[in-house]
Amino acid sequence: MLEIKNLHAEINGKEILKGINLTVKEGETHAIMGPNGSGKSTLSSVLVGDPKFKVTQGTITYNGKNLLELEPEDRSREGIFLSFQYPVEIPGVSMVNFMRAAVNAHREYNGEQPVSATDFLRLTRQKRKLLELDGKLASRSVNEGFSGGEKKRNEIFQMAMLEPKLAILDETDSGLDIDALRIVANGVNKLKTPQNAAIVITHYQRLLDYIKPDIVHVLYNGQIVKTDGPELAQLLEKNGYDWIKSEFK
Amino acid sequence: MIGLNQNLNKLNMSAEKQYIDLYDQATQMVCDNSVNVMNLPRFAARQALLDKGIVGPDTERYRHTDMEKIFAPDYGVNLKRMNFPINPYDVFKCGVPNIGSTLFFVVNDTFYNKDLPKNNLPKNVFAGSLHQFAEEFPDIAEKYYGKAADVKSDGSIALNTLLAQDGFVLYVREGIQLDHPIQVVHIATGKTDLMTNRRVLVILERNAKATLLVCDHNMSSATFLNTQVTEIFTDENASLDYTDLEESSLKTTRVSNIYTQQKAHSNVWINGTTLLNGTTRNNYQIDLDGEGAYTSLSGMVIADNKQKVDTHSLITHHVPHCESNELFKYVLNDEAIGAFNGRVLVDRDAIKTVSNQTNRNLCATNKCRMYSEPQLVINADDVKCSHGMTTGQLDENALFYMRQRGIPEATARKILSVAFTADVIDRVRLEAIRTRLTTLIEDRFSGKLSRCATGTCKTCSKNLNIKNLH
Repeated sequence: MLEIKNLHAEINGKEILKGINLTVKEGETHAIMGPNGSGKSTLSSVLVGDPKFKVTQGTITYNGKNLLELEPEDRSREGIFLSFQYPVEIPGVSMVNFMRAAVNAHREYNGEQPVSATDFLRLTRQKRKLLELDGKLASRSVNEGFSGGEKKRNEIFQMAMLEPKLAILDETDSGLDIDALRIVANGVNKLKTPQNAAIVITHYQRLLDYIKPDIVHVLYNGQIVKTDGPELAQLLEKNGYDWIKSEFK
Repeated sequence: MIGLNQNLNKLNMSAEKQYIDLYDQATQMVCDNSVNVMNLPRFAARQALLDKGIVGPDTERYRHTDMEKIFAPDYGVNLKRMNFPINPYDVFKCGVPNIGSTLFFVVNDTFYNKDLPKNNLPKNVFAGSLHQFAEEFPDIAEKYYGKAADVKSDGSIALNTLLAQDGFVLYVREGIQLDHPIQVVHIATGKTDLMTNRRVLVILERNAKATLLVCDHNMSSATFLNTQVTEIFTDENASLDYTDLEESSLKTTRVSNIYTQQKAHSNVWINGTTLLNGTTRNNYQIDLDGEGAYTSLSGMVIADNKQKVDTHSLITHHVPHCESNELFKYVLNDEAIGAFNGRVLVDRDAIKTVSNQTNRNLCATNKCRMYSEPQLVINADDVKCSHGMTTGQLDENALFYMRQRGIPEATARKILSVAFTADVIDRVRLEAIRTRLTTLIEDRFSGKLSRCATGTCKTCSKNLNIKNLH
């Protein structure tokens, strides 16, 4: 599904990613862990085409397409979804209008008619339940005045609405209390199918107790320095990142 | 139609001179085709124009609008009051749908009094032409006409008062509360370049309530210069919602003045929206004369191409315990130019004044320009006044967030632009007008209204699927 080869990327002339290689197949859940500043969020930003980052080398192939040639909106409509580490507040744009615009943009891309009001309402209600989200949020401006937990649940709600093929969860666990974490993780797990894939970016093993990864990578200094099974996460939780740092100095 | 003297040596003459000459040559015609109440102040207007010129007493006031240039060209003026061969009720379908509003037209600067809608207004409400009003209520007309908009305060008011021959009046007597809005559409039409001089007079007696929507449209491809003087008087505890919507053409220049005098506990909500224009100057002057009065003055400008909108406002708190709330927003694109000069003046005695002024602007390109001058003059102690101004671009983070959800960039920009104007629209209290404005703004950001520039307004009315009210 996704194949990243020798990916280099920079921001403001500073190189952050220094040769990433990563392959994600259908049905897989990958965890990417690593200390602060190792390039985890940069990797997710580059995957979704954030214009702040510049790719200087390497290739990303997604379902046979050259991902780097696609506009951010088309990457989304090809099925890539990013749950933002810091969801953006958009004053004056209601959640319901925002979501309808997004759903219809996806439908248009696939040659489908815009969703009817009743279908949209039914879909919204159904997905909201999954995240135990209050219906009142629908009429409020996107993320404006939402608590940290509400913002993250709202991200996964959007994911449920758009049903992506590849979901990237960027530190979705940060700022969540244990109950919210459980709700968010349950939501993610319920959306999992053998046809889609997920990349879970996190500092802590905590989230991985709920969302079980198939493969765990350690990102350090812009490169993937270790790849192993779920037990790697346990090891990191126990020993921290220092041993990795010293190993790759 | 009388053309202005084309042989004027403009280099040696100020712009107002040709209008004074025209008036001097045609005084009889101007007055014969008007009414006494409008003729009375002409002499003073002529004198003010002669003394102070078209730029008026304060040249600083027109820093961003070249009045000499605006008034220099040779326009026709319809002093003979010839009728234009259109029935606006047939050709103009742009209304506020299904809210039972009563619709009136002013064609160029003549009130259209044929085929008037069935008047479902309560007794004790007058809505109609200044001519008729002056006949039916001569004392009231004389008491108010020209009393808020002083000819000495502004050159364009002097000029308008000198040449205006008709207008629209809304007069609501004590205690009458109008639940449905009244709409007045000013239409510019005809094949020749024309100057029009429009008047609107709004008088609300004690405890009266009304909603007035005044639209400024253009159905012509000719060049127009429109001057407009609106005077609003609200007596004690009266309540007025006034929405002024300009959707004219790139070849239209307009100089509008809205002067308001408010008595105790009255509240006035004014909203001025410019969706399409050429060059526009909007002056607002609000006088809070009675304790407990409230003013909401808001407006928005959506401009691209080479549109230009210059807003000038003065809100004066003369007495204690009044509140004013001012909000203007501009969304500029291409080579559009915006200017906002807003002054809130708190007189020495006006303690316990509460006022807020906000001006926020978006500039989408490097070539558009925004000039903003917020001013707050406080001469009293114990007041609560604030003001703020920002000019910037759309939030790039929000834009990217929306694109990540699959919303194409152009659509995302449109949604964010509409959202930017949302709090201005929220200041319009009647939901039907709010909904209508939102639709117009969405269409504007989709580029649908720009077709009006070609003078085919009917086309876009069709696209908007607006039903006539009657």
